[in-house]
Amino acid sequence: MDMIRVENLDKTFTLHLRGGIALPVLRNTGFSVDAGECVTLHGPSGAGKSTLLRSIYGNYRPQAGRILICHDGEMVDIVHAQPRVVLEIRKRTLGYVTQFLRVIPRVPTLDIVAEPLLARGAGLQASRARAAELLTRLQIAEKMWDLPPATFSGGEQQRINIARGFCADYPILLLDEPTASLDEANRKIVINLIDDARQRGTAIVAIVHDADTRAAITTRLLPLPSHGVAA
Amino acid sequence: MTNLDQTPLLSVEALNKSFGRQMACRDVSFELWPGEVLGIVGESGSGKSTLLNAIAGRLAVDSGKVLYRTGSNDIIDLASASEAQRRHLMRTEWGFVQQHARDGLRMTFSAGANIGERLMALGDKHYGTLRDTALDWLQAVEIAPERIDDLPRTFSGGMQQRLQIARNLVTRPRIVLMDEPTGGLDVSVQARLLDLIRRLVQEHNVACIVVTHDLGVARLLAHRLMVMRRGQVVEAGLTDQLLDDPQHAYTQLLVSSVLSV
Repeated sequence: MDMIRVENLDKTFTLHLRGGIALPVLRNTGFSVDAGECVTLHGPSGAGKSTLLRSIYGNYRPQAGRILICHDGEMVDIVHAQPRVVLEIRKRTLGYVTQFLRVIPRVPTLDIVAEPLLARGAGLQASRARAAELLTRLQIAEKMWDLPPATFSGGEQQRINIARGFCADYPILLLDEPTASLDEANRKIVINLIDDARQRGTAIVAIVHDADTRAAITTRLLPLPSHGVAA
Repeated sequence: MTNLDQTPLLSVEALNKSFGRQMACRDVSFELWPGEVLGIVGESGSGKSTLLNAIAGRLAVDSGKVLYRTGSNDIIDLASASEAQRRHLMRTEWGFVQQHARDGLRMTFSAGANIGERLMALGDKHYGTLRDTALDWLQAVEIAPERIDDLPRTFSGGMQQRLQIARNLVTRPRIVLMDEPTGGLDVSVQARLLDLIRRLVQEHNVACIVVTHDLGVARLLAHRLMVMRRGQVVEAGLTDQLLDDPQHAYTQLLVSSVLSV
């Protein structure tokens, strides 16, 4: 079953402060992702991998085309959905893990990780228990759970971000360089986490530069030439 | 979209307001849904605060509608409602948090009386319950309970702002309007206040309209943003869409003018 279907997507950035320069990034891009697949976007820097991922998340707004997301068994076009519908899709269907953790002042690590599950109404106890399980698996020492992660190292923040992204068991996961600043041992843990999710049926779209990690998680490689994928 | 509300809480239609020949709000329309936090951003003089005051009925509008769905499911046009009706709503289902706490607090009343006032106006006369409620709310906004009998002027700016929030939330309003709620506070105090607002808004599922010129505040609090310039809405959308992929020249200018959001 298709979980994501991208159709004829065009994305151009117009820089009004630079005399209106237009930078076309995606042109007529199209592909789909099935449940239980891990599709890895592949192409040179500037090919539009992150732009495509952000567009699927509803973060970037394409000029043309559709991005259908399977939400509650219905295909919803996230490009044209109302803002509150996009938020609802993100709450229950679509997870997104970037390299960088957006820290909320004063909120402790455990609650940052538990938040997506809590937002879905899972209850404080259950959400924190799941968060604790993931933090343990990702080797974040328990003494750090009560602290806000602002001062943690890059690798620790990234693992917290991964824990947060995996906490709610989203049917679709978008991963932008999830292992970029991790050591070998932690990279293996994350690879296993991704693989477990995929085998449970999660549809995954990933950007991974490291060739070994890419080989370990990918079920299908999607090449993006400098002007996106021709449909 | 099974569990989404079908009717908005507030529906502003083609609102216009001018001061002489100066258009402060030009043809502004938007909807606000239950539990949604809408940020209004733009530089000083863009019409943000005028819009907020017009929505609250503190300013007479030239034309347009402000349709509010009450707790009993009636639709009232606040732009043409009677003063008595409007005042009742402002004391019960609506809240207004001012930029300067001293404009929103009674500076000659104790902290406890500031929190109790709206409840008393609704007919709650029992001293013991009023005091217990005040104590609960002081705790909720992180003010020590022993300060209950102190006057707000003995509080720091951040504490005053938190007290103002408690004073507004005590009647469990369905909409709270906030005008630069963190303006004029130290950065460390701002962070604490933002975290508090974020948590309370979530816990009580209250819809908010927050006017701010600080895109960092907007990023942290708002689900959705409207960018205003010269009284007009030039761009609207999800907060992260507007800040990460601004389309309008003015939004691009705003976003590129901050160090990091």
